[in-house]
Amino acid sequence: MTHATTTDIQDDRPRTSPEPRKAGLSSRSLPRWSPLGFAVVAIALGVGISLAAGWHSRVQWGLISALLFMAISYVTTTVVENQRQAKDRLATSIVWVCFLVAVVPLASLLWTTVSRGVERLDGYFLTHSMAGVLGPEHSGGVYHALIGTLEQVGIATVISAPLGLLTAVYLVEYGKGSLARAVTFFVDVMTGIPSIVAGLFILSIMLIAELEPSGLMGALALTILMIPVVVRSTEEMLKLVPNELREASLALGIPKWRTILKVVLPTAIGGITTGVMLAIARIAGETAPIMLLVFGSQLINTNPFEGAQSSLPFYIYEQYKVGEVASYDRAWAAALVLIAFVMILNLVARGIARWKAPKTGR
Amino acid sequence: MAKRIDVGGLTAYYGSHKAIEDISMTVEPRSVTAFIGPSGCGKSTFLRTLNRMHEVTPGGRVEGKVLLDDENLYGSGVDPVTVRRTVGMVFQRPNPFPTMSIFDNVAAGLRLNGTYRKNQLSDIVEKSLKGANLWNEVKDRLNKPGSGLSGGQQQRLCIARAIAVEPDVLLMDEPCSALDPISTLAIEDLIGELKERFTIVIVTHNMQQAARVSDRTAFFNLSAVGKPGRLIEIDETERIFSNPSVQATEDYISGRFG
Repeated sequence: MTHATTTDIQDDRPRTSPEPRKAGLSSRSLPRWSPLGFAVVAIALGVGISLAAGWHSRVQWGLISALLFMAISYVTTTVVENQRQAKDRLATSIVWVCFLVAVVPLASLLWTTVSRGVERLDGYFLTHSMAGVLGPEHSGGVYHALIGTLEQVGIATVISAPLGLLTAVYLVEYGKGSLARAVTFFVDVMTGIPSIVAGLFILSIMLIAELEPSGLMGALALTILMIPVVVRSTEEMLKLVPNELREASLALGIPKWRTILKVVLPTAIGGITTGVMLAIARIAGETAPIMLLVFGSQLINTNPFEGAQSSLPFYIYEQYKVGEVASYDRAWAAALVLIAFVMILNLVARGIARWKAPKTGR
Repeated sequence: MAKRIDVGGLTAYYGSHKAIEDISMTVEPRSVTAFIGPSGCGKSTFLRTLNRMHEVTPGGRVEGKVLLDDENLYGSGVDPVTVRRTVGMVFQRPNPFPTMSIFDNVAAGLRLNGTYRKNQLSDIVEKSLKGANLWNEVKDRLNKPGSGLSGGQQQRLCIARAIAVEPDVLLMDEPCSALDPISTLAIEDLIGELKERFTIVIVTHNMQQAARVSDRTAFFNLSAVGKPGRLIEIDETERIFSNPSVQATEDYISGRFG
């Protein structure tokens, strides 16, 4: 050997190819921005196709783009990665598309209400009624309707919450026989009563007993709608309280009623409050019974037991029917007030639930 | 003021299913009695009949008698709530009330039975926590929630809660099975101290624990598969573990089944 290198032994093994293809764990994958890329391409194609075909509806453009997006992403992923990844992307895309389809109308609704309602919403609007205001005038307010809603919803809550709560306590803690089954059945039936039917029921009582329309009658119809919701949600919350707590309390020699009052209910109170708040939110927007039973009014009436009242949903409907620009503005503003009312209730419910939740500090 | 328990011909049902049959035994005051036996043989069911918790389960029914210092717990006119104030219970998994602080947990039995004055409650809470060997660990945070303690501490909290009402008998259903060995040791030492004041009955799966902790041991077993559980043998712990009279006991203790 005449090599001047330091190796004396020749390496005669056959050389392997420069970059061996490993059947290992890693494989090719698309870059992270690929969904965005697919979206851009799909939208461009979708809009292009729609314009070429002469369609002008944004909804059509959106749907075509969505379908193209899913097709492009599936095909590209199958080619570049593998079929499992492609199916994964397809499922993710479908979920996202559905989410957008659900959320876009909601966002649009909120946006429209806020932008249209804010024009008319101010302190004056909230503190004055429609007394003496004609339809086309740019004045008047929602105070009488606000009072009406607050009182009717308030009375309905004061009646429904204790009744619903105690019914749920009976069903979960005590009821084991045919009475419990009958109550559960009727609560289920009541959950499905249309609001106009509840209104008609109270109306028939009003006519038979020759009572005048008043806020109280509307509140009674709202009670019928509210009780089953409170019973159902309270029942679920009570069932979530672990049985071990009840046993621990009973084993201390605490009577059953006291166990329920001092151990079970405080443990479930967060969820129960949320349930009641949600029930309130539901009935705050009921128009039909109010129309039948409360009659509506332009004047401020703070007595729910006597005389016609208005309420927010009724006011919105009324103003819409007037048909003037000014009344449309008022209707939008009132709709904003109603949505704000329900949202505030929801936030308060969450706050109470968090405050009352069993604490886990150290 | 520990009491003596005499059980006569006790049979317990779940609906129509007979869970345990014809159990008779005596538990001396200020002693520790351990119940051992394979799973499903009715030890916990029997334990729960001693403080009338068995009837809390839907369909639970008991025949026979349980005498507490000659008073039948199942006599007519006896209120189960009163029974449970005299016979306390500690459960397998610690269950402090989650909405209450440590102080309120220990005081729960007292408060919900009528004692309200703060200074009275403070004294009793301190005494019970000292009795449960938990005072030093929690004395600066009595207002913190009860669920913020470790497992062993929570179980000692439940023991403090049970002894705060000064029962005559303390029933413990596998109190250490959810705990680590150090906490288990702490609770076993505690049982040794508590037996000076209370009659204690403890159900355990751990035979070494039964041997360490109890004065007398009762062995339960099913007479055959699908049959109700029975009391096979009850005797001084030393004799059960060294020289039992019944072959089945010997088999269980030496690990041939169970």
